[in-house]
Amino acid sequence: MELSPFLVSLKLGAWVTLILLAVCFALAWAFAHARAKWLVLVEALTSLPLVLAPTVLGFYLLIALSPRSPIGAFFQSAFGLRIAFSFAGIVIGGCVSGLPFMLTSLKTGILSVSQSLLEASYTLGKGKLETILRIVIPNMRTALYAGIVTTFAHAIGEFGIVLMIGGSIPGITKTVSIAVYEHVEALDFSGASVYAIALVAASYVAILTLLLIQRRAARR
Amino acid sequence: MLSFYIAKHLRAGKRRFSLELEYDLPEGGFLGVRGPSGSGKTTLIRCLAGLERPEFGHIRVGEEAWYDSSTSVFIRPQKRRVGYVAQDYALFPNMTVLGNILYATTDREMASKLLELTQLEAQAHQFPRELSGGQRQRTALARALARGPKLLLLDEPLSALDEELREELGNELLRIQRTTGITAVMVSHSRTEVSRLCSEVLELRSGVLDDAKLSVY
Repeated sequence: MELSPFLVSLKLGAWVTLILLAVCFALAWAFAHARAKWLVLVEALTSLPLVLAPTVLGFYLLIALSPRSPIGAFFQSAFGLRIAFSFAGIVIGGCVSGLPFMLTSLKTGILSVSQSLLEASYTLGKGKLETILRIVIPNMRTALYAGIVTTFAHAIGEFGIVLMIGGSIPGITKTVSIAVYEHVEALDFSGASVYAIALVAASYVAILTLLLIQRRAARR
Repeated sequence: MLSFYIAKHLRAGKRRFSLELEYDLPEGGFLGVRGPSGSGKTTLIRCLAGLERPEFGHIRVGEEAWYDSSTSVFIRPQKRRVGYVAQDYALFPNMTVLGNILYATTDREMASKLLELTQLEAQAHQFPRELSGGQRQRTALARALARGPKLLLLDEPLSALDEELREELGNELLRIQRTTGITAVMVSHSRTEVSRLCSEVLELRSGVLDDAKLSVY
């Protein structure tokens, strides 16, 4: 049994979670609080990965990021970075696919912090950033943990987008879910089940952790 | 001295009306604004706090203009030095009583004095969820006073309490307002409450002053 699919999956999950955590807060804040009506169009777009077939998303990403596309060509010439069929490519795919998981959790968390707490903070002389750091984030911890756990669990199990954009390069883009698929294709069911059990166990632990966090928060 | 003239269009359900109110309150005065739900009381107090912007008028506290539509001055709530007690008290759940007060000021001595003034020394290290309704109200009041505000704004501060506690904490509120000498505005739907606590009372009806019920005590 190869260990590298586990490492690639874990690395993918970590990168995708970190990137989405950094990117999504501002977006979730805008979706929760901004009054601009056109934002709902952007929000609908970010939710597409929830309902669209991953292969369709992967197909468009592959087209958009291939060296022949303007974006892919730019990265290749400016940074010497080939995105399609690389680890960077599957991280981008994972981010697109995991976007609604992180965004939904963060938006729910932001909305759970009452407007009156924000206003109290403003009348006590604090700006928006300090209010976010000291009031909003500490009071939406459960939603924050939910976003981290679900995004990570979804990223390590991602299949369609990763396969389309990254192929199956051992040690680089071959994740656990791709290893399961390849073993099944080769009719090696016992080999596939080792990877499959590992994914089931990781997903179960993630969901269990989330439920325990939510139960603890509800008891407070 | 607090001097204001506030004009703003409001909507309560399907009903539209205009809030138009002018008043001068001497320094150290305690103004009570009474009126039924949807008469514009909360909007008035939110405009004074800077949480809402009037469409026309002015708000002056002493020599400072906090809002003036003729010169386009609008001072943000952060810069107004107001103490604002919301109807739900808006205590930060992640902070203790002391933490809530220290959020507003870094002066620990001031925080200790406020704990003493509001008789909350024993609860200093408790979280809001561990406090009774009355203790929450006093914490909100202590926190509102922590920045040394020029104006104390109280939005139905006693409405969440039962009858007995309401009277007791009303007296306490009055004692604290008199001790600190701070100019205060309180809105309430209870006529008894404002008449008992405030030195001047305005009755609002659909955003305008009901002249027949303006009373100065």
